[in-house]
Amino acid sequence: MTALKPGQPAPDFSLLSTPDQKVSLSEFRGRPVVLVFYPADWSPVCSDQLGLYNELLAEFAEFDAELLGISCDGVWCHIAFHKDRKLMIPLLSDFEPKGAVARLYGVYDEKSGESQRALFVIDADGIIRWSYVLPVGINPGADGLLKALEKLEPAKEAAHAKN
Amino acid sequence: MRKIETVEESPELTLPVSERDHIQGPATAKLTLVEYGDYQCPYCGAAYPVVKRLQKTLGNQLRFVFRNFPLTQAHPYALVAAEAVEAAGLFEKFWPMHDVVYENQARLSPESLAVWAHQLGLDDDKLEMALARPEIAKRIKEDRFSGIRSGVNGTPTFFINGRRHDAPLDYASLLVALEQTLDK
Repeated sequence: MTALKPGQPAPDFSLLSTPDQKVSLSEFRGRPVVLVFYPADWSPVCSDQLGLYNELLAEFAEFDAELLGISCDGVWCHIAFHKDRKLMIPLLSDFEPKGAVARLYGVYDEKSGESQRALFVIDADGIIRWSYVLPVGINPGADGLLKALEKLEPAKEAAHAKN
Repeated sequence: MRKIETVEESPELTLPVSERDHIQGPATAKLTLVEYGDYQCPYCGAAYPVVKRLQKTLGNQLRFVFRNFPLTQAHPYALVAAEAVEAAGLFEKFWPMHDVVYENQARLSPESLAVWAHQLGLDDDKLEMALARPEIAKRIKEDRFSGIRSGVNGTPTFFINGRRHDAPLDYASLLVALEQTLDK
């Protein structure tokens, strides 16, 4: 399975974020979106990847970027995890059919039945501009992600100049 | 079959250690250990005695630098603690205050910070005056920003001679990593 590459359009999807609320990628057209695929809720450290991004929401807000966490956990599990870690990033449930969205993006791990850790930066037009599948056990931090968002900025400014 | 990925090199420190930093150990030391830490983070609390032990073992070969990376969403007292320690720093009491906070981390609160500052000779007026100084907030922001840009991925994150340490944080693992760097 190969992860989708920069330049490819980001496939649309619709997943539950709460028991009665679905979130679609296309809702965010016009703004950058960061998809954060991760293996599972409840990783045993206090400042894991999602926790770190949660601390950096002000930095991401400067790019008007929406962050979406995606794992194969069920929506009730997400709710408990979300509350426990005081997360403000929406967590989407890729639960049924299991891992369908992770497969769509080429980051489903058949062996573990979980999503790999992977990041996709999608621009305002729905095109993937940066993707990164992480080596096992490594938490990348946020520098690569912020650099990718910065690179979107000149394009955005050019668009503004045209208007 | 999935392609086996090669592990990329660990990220590097973007803001070099300089006079702006809180530093223990000689400038001539061959090893520089930089910690990005949070005063309320239990893993930083666990790393505190490890650093002390490393300093004792390596002596003048090691220079230790502490930079702030408060995780304010997860830890409600992380920022006030960082501010109080930086405020103490304006009176040359950075390291004593740093040590007191980590040694009593279980009792960390805004009230206890004031008590510990008093014990180091900073009365309420002094502390308040120091906290109001703009350089405190500026430094914490700078520390945090430099951490984000250097690949800090949680707390504590250590850099050995400018490269992120991605191995475990126990004494033996850190000592091995430091000694290997020394041999390079």
